[in-house]
Amino acid sequence: MPMATNNEAPLLEIRNLRAKVEGREILKGIDLTIPAGEVHAVMGPNGSGKSTLSYVLAGRDGYEITDGTVLYRGRDLLALKPEERACDGIFLAFQYPVEIPGVTGFNFLKTAVNSVRRHRGESELDAMQFLKLVRKKAADLGVGEEMLKRAVNSGFSGGEKKRYEALQMALLEPRLMILDETDSGLDIDALKVVAEGVTRMRSPERGMLVITHYQRILDYILPDRVHVLAHGQIAQSGGPELAHELERTGYAQYAGQAA
Amino acid sequence: MMTDGMDQVRSLAEQKYKYGFITDIEADVAPKGLSEDTIRFISAKKNEPEWLLEWRLRAYRLWLNQVEPRWAKIHHAPIDYQDSYYYSAPKTKDGPKSMDEVDPKLLETYEKLGVPLHERAILAGVAVDAVFDSVSVATTYKGKLEELGIIFMSMSEAVTKHPDLVRRYLGSVVPYSDNYFATLNSAVFTDGSFVYVPPGVHCPMELSTYFRINAANTGQFERTLIIADKGAYVSYLEGCTAPMRDENQLHAAVVELVALDEAQIKYSTVQNWYPGDENGKGGIYNFVTKRGACRGRASRISWTQVETGSAITWKYPSCILQGDDSVGEFYSVAITNNYQQADTGTKMIHIGRNTRSQIISKGISAGHADNTYRGLVRVLPKAEGARNHTQCDSLLIGNHCGAHTAPYIESRNPSARIEHEATTSKISEDQLFYARQRGMSSEEAVSLIVNGFCRDVLQHLPMEFAVEAQKLVGISLEGSVG
Ligand SMILES: Nc1ncnc2c1ncn2[C@@H]1O[C@H](COP(=O)(O)OP(=O)(O)OP(=O)(O)O)[C@@H](O)[C@H]1O
Ligand SMILES: [Mg+2]
Repeated sequence: MPMATNNEAPLLEIRNLRAKVEGREILKGIDLTIPAGEVHAVMGPNGSGKSTLSYVLAGRDGYEITDGTVLYRGRDLLALKPEERACDGIFLAFQYPVEIPGVTGFNFLKTAVNSVRRHRGESELDAMQFLKLVRKKAADLGVGEEMLKRAVNSGFSGGEKKRYEALQMALLEPRLMILDETDSGLDIDALKVVAEGVTRMRSPERGMLVITHYQRILDYILPDRVHVLAHGQIAQSGGPELAHELERTGYAQYAGQAA
Repeated sequence: MMTDGMDQVRSLAEQKYKYGFITDIEADVAPKGLSEDTIRFISAKKNEPEWLLEWRLRAYRLWLNQVEPRWAKIHHAPIDYQDSYYYSAPKTKDGPKSMDEVDPKLLETYEKLGVPLHERAILAGVAVDAVFDSVSVATTYKGKLEELGIIFMSMSEAVTKHPDLVRRYLGSVVPYSDNYFATLNSAVFTDGSFVYVPPGVHCPMELSTYFRINAANTGQFERTLIIADKGAYVSYLEGCTAPMRDENQLHAAVVELVALDEAQIKYSTVQNWYPGDENGKGGIYNFVTKRGACRGRASRISWTQVETGSAITWKYPSCILQGDDSVGEFYSVAITNNYQQADTGTKMIHIGRNTRSQIISKGISAGHADNTYRGLVRVLPKAEGARNHTQCDSLLIGNHCGAHTAPYIESRNPSARIEHEATTSKISEDQLFYARQRGMSSEEAVSLIVNGFCRDVLQHLPMEFAVEAQKLVGISLEGSVG
């Protein structure tokens, strides 16, 4: 069942989010709102908590939420299981995609797509229908068909894994897309192909949270807002020009901020 | 660490064993317990010839002096062999002449089991020799097979109709003295299937038998014998389910395969006997001896098994590669969950020249289960150029289960090439999260990962079975995550 939603509410609204891992506080009061239709970039030094934020949003196990709320289309996101969030349109492109030996991409993606379709009350695709769909999307993103016959992420190069994440995103047609350093590891041409694929998915209903270390991908995806995450907090927010500024200055100015 | 999703999945573990219904039919039973009288009763019920009764009695007398094997990595309370019934047959006047005469309740049972007895069987190209407890009650598709000279009937019927064939081959692969459970089976076996495929005949359909233990306290001791004459081909499927009961039931079957020159036998099993409940109460003790003899040159026997049920599985489908250039194959998936125990594997005995064998074993262990692969590859001095390849993989789910590998290799011919590969892996939290982030439930993810892990084996099953087996793999691991 798709969840009841409030169409007036922002797509994502994070308020004072605090989270611990292994007893250590990593997120120290995050405030971040992404209205539908917008692309927000999050940048920040290594270890500042960017992936942690993406995992908390996706519902990964092992994070203790000590304070704050996260509303997704007006509803309490943190109460949902990971698969419910996924079915409701949250997609995380992993910084480190996971290898699943023995499971072909074709089977994995078909199962995933049909889980989501079932949830949306749509009919499941059979092997032939799915093959047609996946062929088209794979071609768009320059993913070779032979990669779908291989086990998920097994033995893929760094760049191949990232393209594969983009393919999954295109197939699942999510509403909120979280890209955790999807650009890292992609060669110059692949970056362009993937960025264009992502850009094609922009729409008034959709929103994106693009975590990156580099300006380059933002040249393609043109963010509405740029945030700096440092020491578990949003240290600064601004327009696209903020990313250019960071490229020059680095993160030294944020050193030692926040408790 | 455990996710809420895993907890939720665990609650599904209590899901009822789907085949745990009991059919209420008056049964014709032998007195409880085991004695020469019991054996005479069985033999008389079946109008057996004197030689067979003698054979049974010899086995019984030997069995009295045998002890249960203790070398397997399994544990169970002592079995009281006197506390069981050794013969139980649904009551009929003379035995059914056609489907119309078959007790509708029986047919209903098969219906529930999904055994396609009517048109479904024909559409699916499956001929079903349905064994209900100890007596074969209905055999479809006989005519078609008869035209080709293929004999496919219950063992009891074969004893009467084809005594020479039975006498020639019965016990020729698994002698009555073979091992404790095989000897017991030889003494008290009640029914099973008999298949003979004449020279040069390619059996055009999968032959299939569904065995079902129904009556309480009944041990099931079926005996199956399949002979593929020169250049013949046959594929045989065996599926098993049993009702849910608190007490343990013994199932000690024997299967013998004989392949003559250039003959090929494929034997596939999907074993889903009741595994006991989540605390390890009840369930079938599956102590089975299966062996095939590649007697002729360039003959081929392949065993494919998917073992998901039973409280305890003790079975080693084997190949004796006598004929030069003969090939033995063993493809196995053994899944144990909760408190199930499996000690299973194969023996490949290379006798002839250029004999080859291939072993792929996939053991999946979850809950508190124990899963052991035990395999023997033996190359005898004359087996010039023998080759074996063994791939033995274990997959663990959770932290309380065990996987063990016990490969024995004995080579007495220096030209032999024997390769053994083994891996152990675990389904990780990261893999589950990744799959769930794509919208799958934990169960779906586990089922997908395990099916992927078993792919090399499942692809050897006939199509109709492969789909069923894939579902079974998922069902038998429900509640395993955590
Ligand atoms: N399971 C864990 N146990 C202990 N510490 C952890 C764990 N997971 C994350 N951390 C710590 O939390 C901090 C934030 O990690 P996170 O992966 O969110 O950083 P990031 O901003 O994504 O960094 P990068 O730019 O390098 O990807 C780091 O110091 C990391 O070591
Ligand atoms: Mg990161």
